[in-house]
Amino acid sequence: MLSALKERVGQVLLPGDEFVCEAEDTLSLSATARKDTAVCGPGLRRSGDRVLVCVSGHLRHKAPNVFWIQSQSKRVVPAKGECVIGIVTAKSGDVFKVDVGASELASLSYLSFEGATKRNRPNVQVGDLVYAQFLVANKDMEPELVCIDGAGRANGLGVFGSGGLMVKVSLGLVRRLLAPGSDLMADLAGLFPSEMVLGLNGRVWVKSSSLQQTLILTNLLQSCETLSPDQRRALFHRVKQGTL
Amino acid sequence: MKDTPLSNCERDFLLKAIEEKKRLDGRQTYDYRNIKITFGTDYGCCFVDLGKTRVMAQVSCELVAPKETRPNEGILFFNIELSPMASPAFEPGRQSELSVKLNRQLERCFRNSKCIDTESLCVVSGEKVWQIRVDVHTLNHDGNLMDAASIAAITALCHFKRPDVSIQGEEITVYTPEERDPIPLSIYHMPISVSFSFFQQGTYLLVDPCEREERVMDGLLMIAMNKHREICSIQSSGGIMLLKEQVLRCSKIASVKVSEITELISKALENDKKARKAGERCGFAESMPQERITALKMDETPVEMKDVTEKAEDIIKKSEAPPRTVPSPVVPAPGVGQVGQCQQNSWGLEEEDGESVEEEEEEEEDEEKMLVEEQPKKKVDQGDIVEISDSEEEEVVILHPEKPIKKSSSQQKEAASSKKKT
Repeated sequence: MLSALKERVGQVLLPGDEFVCEAEDTLSLSATARKDTAVCGPGLRRSGDRVLVCVSGHLRHKAPNVFWIQSQSKRVVPAKGECVIGIVTAKSGDVFKVDVGASELASLSYLSFEGATKRNRPNVQVGDLVYAQFLVANKDMEPELVCIDGAGRANGLGVFGSGGLMVKVSLGLVRRLLAPGSDLMADLAGLFPSEMVLGLNGRVWVKSSSLQQTLILTNLLQSCETLSPDQRRALFHRVKQGTL
Repeated sequence: MKDTPLSNCERDFLLKAIEEKKRLDGRQTYDYRNIKITFGTDYGCCFVDLGKTRVMAQVSCELVAPKETRPNEGILFFNIELSPMASPAFEPGRQSELSVKLNRQLERCFRNSKCIDTESLCVVSGEKVWQIRVDVHTLNHDGNLMDAASIAAITALCHFKRPDVSIQGEEITVYTPEERDPIPLSIYHMPISVSFSFFQQGTYLLVDPCEREERVMDGLLMIAMNKHREICSIQSSGGIMLLKEQVLRCSKIASVKVSEITELISKALENDKKARKAGERCGFAESMPQERITALKMDETPVEMKDVTEKAEDIIKKSEAPPRTVPSPVVPAPGVGQVGQCQQNSWGLEEEDGESVEEEEEEEEDEEKMLVEEQPKKKVDQGDIVEISDSEEEEVVILHPEKPIKKSSSQQKEAASSKKKT
């Protein structure tokens, strides 16, 4: 199974492709059990003794045995551990209702902020932007967000967003920006001094020293989706020279 | 389904930007977005793109009994459908406030301005008249539905042709389009609406607001005019107070915009007429730019090198004559393209020259392989080369519909040369 998966790493797979476990002829009682398990990441699903592909994309591999499908999409499906940008839509009792772009509103308890107690409530208004992490995210329950990590520290999460502009991009672009050593990120960072918050639900918040620069950055981000690396570098070069 | 709420940060940013006279997409205060008009195969069907806002108008006609109060005039019926496809804020079934408002505005703009000669629609006075029905469907809502709808409606009406009718005594004969050419409607003038959005209690104004600008605006002024500078309808909503000078200024801006848009519509109608006269296939499917991905990357796999020349000659001998190559699409006029009529299927044979599935790559082997592959490739017609690379950076090629698409032989050379680069 592992070898079958390793063979097709880097190839484009379509939903419906499957990997079957080769049946072993004899099971030796004396030999120790082999650790031949593959960990299925997003896009792969196990059913019985087969691994099925659920989305179309490239098969990626991380040593020692993690496999996943890298796909391009715009639809947001909450997944545990992902950091997203949400918009607070309502305050109901002890809980904020936050829109993350998924099919359901996520709930964010007011106690899930750093230093928040029953007496000391966080300063969150309707319409604010929050950068939060999914604590609970599966298809059977309402998603839950938190703005603290396991130790109780904010660690970059929380309310933000005075000044700056938020735009919507595809999920694939955000992942490309967040990939370690990404060219795209380096090019963007080299343009203007700016602050960026990237949510894995396709929302990006940008703030630069002037309004014009913020507008330029957001427009460039949205056009980066469909530019090849050469075209992108040429465009950024023109912007740096101020001829755009 | 509820629409995404507007966050405070976006609202503040937009208002600040408007104060500095900057718009999100870089337009000037009085600039319209790109307008694109395409026609369908039937007469009276047209699509209008205003930036990302997209609407479709369809005109149809029917013989009915006239209204009692006007026995010798035809009937005009307008209908705008806000489809849930256009925006998550539109819900099916229920008539929302926006839908009622748009319907009312469209009716006032066209019916009250008497842009169509309704008396010419009369067949038998008091008994049979033509009822012209205009249905406008919104396909994508990115702001300013009213303008897009008015452009679509008037263009569709100008494009529409009704069946010819002849009366002999008591008998009325309605001819089909095959028997006698259909007749266009008699249209006096083309009313077009221009929308102005106001911010900060009327201090700042923007023409053609996009969806986000519409969400933060205070009020909207809609002026419908024709190119003869006659105001057909004027409506202000949102409850803002406007000064006389502001309204006059807006009407001057509107007259400039309307003349530009009217010219665009006339050109589009001309092009369509020419295309139909020349007998070319026209319609929505034809005018869509042909988008093909011509370059993907694939890992280079080494190929079995033994007996390649013999094998190649073998293949050349066995292969049949290449099918007629696809000619480059003809562009008879800007915006209208014709792609292949009744051509032989040239989706080529996928040729696999005995590849072995090893992951090693060697420079010389690749070069040899490419030299050899070029030979059989020139005989066999285009097979799509699928290349997938390991890098995170995806090689994406942008397709420009305006550039003429090269012929197939140069495409093969391109494919071979792109392979050489990787």
